[in-house]
Amino acid sequence: MFFSFLAELREAKVPVSLREYLTLMEAMQKRVAAFDIEEFYFLARTALVKDERHLDRFDRVFGHCFKGIETPADPKTAIPDEWLRKLAERFLTEEEKQQIEALGGWEKLMETLRQRLAEQRSRHQGGSKWIGTAGTSPFGAYGYNPEGVRIGQQEGRNRSAVKVWDRHEFRNLDDTVELGTRNIKLALRRLRQFAREGAAEELDLGGTVKSTAHNAGWLDLKLVPERRNAVKLLLFLDVGGSMDDHIRICEELFSAARSEFKHLIHFYFHNCIYDSVWRDSRRRHVEQVPVMELIRTYDRSYRIVLVGDASMSPYEIEKEGGSVERWNDEPGEVWLRRLFEAYPRAVWLNPVPEKYWTGTASIGMIRRISEDRMFPLTLDGVDRAMRRLKRRG
Amino acid sequence: MRRFEGTDTYVATQDLRVAVNAAIALERPLLVKGEPGTGKTILAHEVARGIAKNLITWHIKSTTKAQQGLYEYDAVSRLRDGQLGDERVHDIANYIVPGKLWEAFEATEAPVLLIDEIDKADIEFPNDLLLELDRMEFYVYETRRTIQARHRPIVIITSNNEKELPDAFLRRCFFHYIRFPDRETMQQIIDVHFPDLKHELVHEALTIFYDIRQAPGLKKKPSTSELLDWIKLLLVEDISPEVLRTRDPGKLIPPLHGALLKNEEDVHLFERLAFLHRRERGGA
Repeated sequence: MFFSFLAELREAKVPVSLREYLTLMEAMQKRVAAFDIEEFYFLARTALVKDERHLDRFDRVFGHCFKGIETPADPKTAIPDEWLRKLAERFLTEEEKQQIEALGGWEKLMETLRQRLAEQRSRHQGGSKWIGTAGTSPFGAYGYNPEGVRIGQQEGRNRSAVKVWDRHEFRNLDDTVELGTRNIKLALRRLRQFAREGAAEELDLGGTVKSTAHNAGWLDLKLVPERRNAVKLLLFLDVGGSMDDHIRICEELFSAARSEFKHLIHFYFHNCIYDSVWRDSRRRHVEQVPVMELIRTYDRSYRIVLVGDASMSPYEIEKEGGSVERWNDEPGEVWLRRLFEAYPRAVWLNPVPEKYWTGTASIGMIRRISEDRMFPLTLDGVDRAMRRLKRRG
Repeated sequence: MRRFEGTDTYVATQDLRVAVNAAIALERPLLVKGEPGTGKTILAHEVARGIAKNLITWHIKSTTKAQQGLYEYDAVSRLRDGQLGDERVHDIANYIVPGKLWEAFEATEAPVLLIDEIDKADIEFPNDLLLELDRMEFYVYETRRTIQARHRPIVIITSNNEKELPDAFLRRCFFHYIRFPDRETMQQIIDVHFPDLKHELVHEALTIFYDIRQAPGLKKKPSTSELLDWIKLLLVEDISPEVLRTRDPGKLIPPLHGALLKNEEDVHLFERLAFLHRRERGGA
């Protein structure tokens, strides 16, 4: 039963094992989902998927296996289709049809709708023309226009099973990070620096013995705070351009680092550090963080890790205005030196294999600026970098 | 075994109901994730209420060890009793303090056990509980006794995604991700919490709420619990729907925004956005 479904899930890199499959079978046997495709979908999802990042992939495979539909290649084209299909389900009473006449008749309405769908490419809310929610356009949901056509907000819209997994609601959660991060985590653990902070709740054996002896043999307990990892880390990730080849390993590193450090703050940059970096790679032009502000905010006790291939034109490092993104008043070298000066414990991790480093001039330049603190982004390299980060200067 | 169908104070979507019922029927733990404030912890309370079981909660902190859930050996009390010559000192069992898991295993009727925010603990924490959650038994070394669950408790585990959970642990659980509710579900949730609320007010409040959630760059997006708080405030202050609707240019941000925006930077950001929005409108 469902062997091909399981095989396809595994092919789509949803980590399903025999154990989950047997769980699903057991649940089927116990009639948790009784003869209802939608319940079966929910059951299969709760039993087989263990991480929200895989939900979208699961939805695609499920749709493919149980409907025979093609996986939508371009997510943009899939949305208007969905809306049109919901429209077709619209059940109209005579009264409602008369209301529609107010806008020039059903045909006219559908025609206008089709046109607007063609013009509109994204979801929309508010406004008075576009299709979406909460607007006053005749199309969309929750609007004020009495002739309005509701799209996708009908009661009982769960009735048709296909829609649930065709909605692709979990697309945003799929960041395609493989779970092979444990090795990197172990390497990052080298950077543990334990410090006693917080409430005293651990028995201090030596102290207790000493103090009990002082107390003529009557027990006198001494407590100390527990040891915790007190390392604080700023992570700078190069995005875009030549870094595209290394996305996977960078995501693994990031994913491992996120779970290993309590104080981890990440920023993105492009090629070289200039006067500002950004927090969210999709909103890079909107939400910039000035590097000076960053230096003021995070003190010297933070360690920094820069991840980038350092492969660029030498001008991008040594000339003002060399940035490929926009005009920079001071050259990248100045900003890099400023950063290395502000944070004495810093390393640069490079996903380009070490043996090719001599072939690119800019890599040599950054190695010089960083005083040879560049390490390859391999397990061994991360290990060496973490040792280096423990040392001062 | 009774099925969970939601309660009069909790709106459970169909996918959530299926997940909970699967966990109940197969006696496996259910791992619940989702944005903060979407009702993960409340779920366990409502499941317990919905199927009329006792609830045992175990809140996890960064210092919690797996062993603490099983039992703890209170060596310090025993040392003190030894010094004072108390008779109890001869039986080590007097100093074994049962943890939450033990409590759940010993219950006469299968309870609901909530392990809250499992991701707060050390990375090895879930691994240390594998066998205990799988076989529902553990061994007490000090008394050489095996504690076995009389009835397998219904285990609900919540996580905020601060750390990745190990695969071996995940394989033993059912998983459910509580998605942020859409407008329709949100309306139901509000209806459940404030049954007599004026329809218009809810409508206006929801419009503003979803507008705020869509504002780019918010540090902390308001969630369901914050919306409910805000509506409660609107009711107490007796703010009318008209006030919410007429976006008075003098007041750029919604009234009583303190319940929704928890961060001064967000408030600033929102003021800026509202200002831009108003200017756009003025120009158009």
